Amino acid sequence: MSGDRPILEVRGLHKSFGHLEVLKGIDLAVRKGELVFVIGPSGSGKSTLLRCCNRLEEPSSGSILVEGVDVMAPGTNINAVRRRIGMVFQSFNLYPHLDALGNVSLALRKVVGQSRAEAELAGQAALERVGLAEKANSFPNELSGGQQQRVAIARALALQPAILLFDEPTSALDPELVGSVLAVMRELRESGMTMVVVSHEMRFARSAADRVIFMDHGLIVEQGTPEKLFNAPDHQRIKDFIASIEH
Amino acid sequence: MEQLVHNFFNFEILSQAWPLLLAGFWMTVKLTLVVVPLGLAGGLVVALASTSRRRLVRWLVVIYVDFFRAFPPLVLLMFIAFGLPFLGFDPGAFIAVALSFLLNTSSYYGEIFRAGIESITRGQHEAARSTGLSVPQTMVYVVLPQAVKNVVPDLVSNTLEVIKLTSLASVVALPELLYAARQAQSLTYNATPIIAAGIIYLVCLWPLVRLLSRFEHRQIALH
Ligand SMILES: Nc1ncnc2c1ncn2[C@@H]1O[C@H](COP(=O)(O)OP(=O)(O)OP(=O)(O)O)[C@@H](O)[C@H]1O
Ligand SMILES: [Mg+2]
Repeated sequence: MSGDRPILEVRGLHKSFGHLEVLKGIDLAVRKGELVFVIGPSGSGKSTLLRCCNRLEEPSSGSILVEGVDVMAPGTNINAVRRRIGMVFQSFNLYPHLDALGNVSLALRKVVGQSRAEAELAGQAALERVGLAEKANSFPNELSGGQQQRVAIARALALQPAILLFDEPTSALDPELVGSVLAVMRELRESGMTMVVVSHEMRFARSAADRVIFMDHGLIVEQGTPEKLFNAPDHQRIKDFIASIEH
Repeated sequence: MEQLVHNFFNFEILSQAWPLLLAGFWMTVKLTLVVVPLGLAGGLVVALASTSRRRLVRWLVVIYVDFFRAFPPLVLLMFIAFGLPFLGFDPGAFIAVALSFLLNTSSYYGEIFRAGIESITRGQHEAARSTGLSVPQTMVYVVLPQAVKNVVPDLVSNTLEVIKLTSLASVVALPELLYAARQAQSLTYNATPIIAAGIIYLVCLWPLVRLLSRFEHRQIALH
């Protein structure tokens, strides 16, 4: 029964900043194990959509369900829900005063309530998954951008989330470092992680995404398989957008 | 020249005054050990209150900080020591000093901590919150460690000022170092005890000053 239920379900989501309506009614369901790719022009509301999902941004109306739990319901413990929704930011946002292992194990200790030993064991395992086991005791400023982003992914993974949200995870990276982060994301996908990815990495989208969503002006304009959206979209502005990015 | 040595650097006088100076020195140490931690703790509370979501709380903090930064600490101390007894509460000299210093220095320390907290980017808060940390946990484990580290030089610098300011306690006859020195001066008709007190301050505070300029150099190197 719970197998059919979407991991993430967004219904009629609206979000305004003052008079500016940024999301104008978003409906979206993400199934278990699915990788949904979100593209769209700057300012179309992609980040806001992701940030509403874990309530870093307070939705104006609509509902958001994560594993069937209404994120907006008054009785919902948002901190418990956030454990189930990992988030990876464009600017990594690692804690500079903690080493990689400290970054990854902090929430395990303080949110999950594990002992230091347990948390470090689980944290070490998460670092291993992103290929950085030997960097456990390095501080963020001792790591390359690609390594920092992989630690950030490990930090989210360590909590064993049901879904991971990525907001332009490779946009702040030097081109030669992008591949290492995409490789980790690909590995996650293959291991069945549910993911929503906002990114301009079209090549990655073509090979890894189950579904691509094109947003513009706060609405989902079109969605479909990567082949459909990239090769034969129904809307001319998608063609224009993709052409503008691939150059 | 001889006159100068006789009146300001007189070893005979110094040896007479020494027990008094030593007692004064210990009182200053004791005051510092009470007043600085109190000020730091009060400052932290003030800074945390200034991040409150309630506008009323933030307003009260602004009023508190503005008032105690603008109000002369000497007058504050005299009011607490000599005015409060008329309201039926006589705190005694030591408590009066501790209380007035708490009010005065917590507003300065508070502004320093607040600057530190504000130097931490929104991304740090969001990263922490996205892993399920609560607002207080985010403050304690993510924001404050970085914030405090960012303002250590300002904290040290303010602490230097606070230690020097403890000599205000002399106005309520608390026998700290400078009070003791003045007492010795009036007993001996000689300024040597004052000079000696000055040298004691210098010797004790100099390491802090060194530390501070090391921080300042490192900050320049970082930028
Ligand atoms: N906190 C905020 N306050 C006011 N306006 C905001 C805020 N956050 C976002 N906006 C506005 O909402 C709109 C959508 O922003 P959003 O960041 O979601 O777009 P995006 O699709 O992620 O764009 P980009 O590709 O540039 O990251 C923009 O016009 C932006 O200026
Ligand atoms: Mg964005």
